[in-house]
Amino acid sequence: MEFKDYYQTLGVDRDAAIPDIKKAYRKLARKYHPDISKEPDAALRMQEINEAKAVLTDPEKRAAYDQLGERYHGGEDFRPPPDWDAGFEFSGGGFEDADLGEFSDFFANLFGHAGRARSRTHRAYQMRGGDRHARIFIDLDDAYHGATRSVTLHVPQADPQGHVTLREHTLKVHIPEGITEGQHIRLAGQGQPGVGGGEPGDLYLEVHFKPNPDYRVEGRDVFATLPVAPWEAALGTTIDVPTPAGQVLLKVPKGSQGGRKLRLKGRGLPGAEPGNLYFVLEVVLPPANTDQARKLYESMARDMPFNPRQTR
Amino acid sequence: MVEYNAIKGEVLDEASLTLEEFARACSVKRHWVVERVKSGMLGNGTRYASRWRFTSPDLTRARRLRQMEFDFDAEPELAALVADLFEEVERLRGRLRAAGLKSE
Repeated sequence: MEFKDYYQTLGVDRDAAIPDIKKAYRKLARKYHPDISKEPDAALRMQEINEAKAVLTDPEKRAAYDQLGERYHGGEDFRPPPDWDAGFEFSGGGFEDADLGEFSDFFANLFGHAGRARSRTHRAYQMRGGDRHARIFIDLDDAYHGATRSVTLHVPQADPQGHVTLREHTLKVHIPEGITEGQHIRLAGQGQPGVGGGEPGDLYLEVHFKPNPDYRVEGRDVFATLPVAPWEAALGTTIDVPTPAGQVLLKVPKGSQGGRKLRLKGRGLPGAEPGNLYFVLEVVLPPANTDQARKLYESMARDMPFNPRQTR
Repeated sequence: MVEYNAIKGEVLDEASLTLEEFARACSVKRHWVVERVKSGMLGNGTRYASRWRFTSPDLTRARRLRQMEFDFDAEPELAALVADLFEEVERLRGRLRAAGLKSE
């Protein structure tokens, strides 16, 4: 386990005042906020700066951490010495399991240990485990047909001595058909374990769709682009097209233009009120790259009085 | 690594959360939720507390409000304004995607 330099994480001096620490934190939180950041490692950085802020803005934790920091530097191999926290009482804003799961092994080992030791000696109580949240990315097909997917979480676990480490916990989760972007699946009892025999918390999975090259989703409605030849759009045709719900014969009405939406009612995401599937026509011109193709275009130009600028 | 058989969960919106469950899921006290519902920043403030029910969009919004308030020491009204803007951006991005245009 590496020693984490929380001051370096936030880019502040070791004697920085709490307002300066908060200011540095907010600046980074804005940069790495999961709702807006495009940085590839935003989630990890957010976790690091949250962890650094949690320690450095709590006077008791900061004092204990500073005492350790005199002997270690960021990145060095680290094992917490026995009774490293002697003389410190972490009284305010206790970090429960719900918080520990969001933080690193380093944090869990230091403050999880202290918190548990305190629980054992002073607070023999029963408490429900915290709820946890995770995002899951699924394919559109999973939402159409239902699926079983694996989710790996990092769960803090204490050994008999009270040392806390993060353990990988893999769950196989049933994804029900008809789930939509942003919906939550609640898995009862799959959150943090309870304390003193208390019930475990719940796990909330927030569902997101992986980008799909063929389909776009808005609520329960699904959109796809259907390329057609000019004569198919002009004269009408029937096309055998694949959809997430299976093959369909789609009738393209004569006189169609590019951008026209053809609706397949109820073929969107399933549900009590299923969505619609829309095919948006895209008229694709054949290239004039042979003598015959050029002659055909010339023939049209000669025989078809058509000026697209005048139709607007 | 521990493996379990496939677990079937509840989909929020088909089964909604009580006030107690909702507060727990957001890691906040009940009164934090009640204050924000009553002031119109969250969910539907017209129902009685004992009968409030919360769904997926409520959960996403409440966790966003909490994060803004706790991370930036934001006033609840400012956090609500930021959440409104996020939701509007998401709505517009969704429409761009549906129209086949890149949203970023």
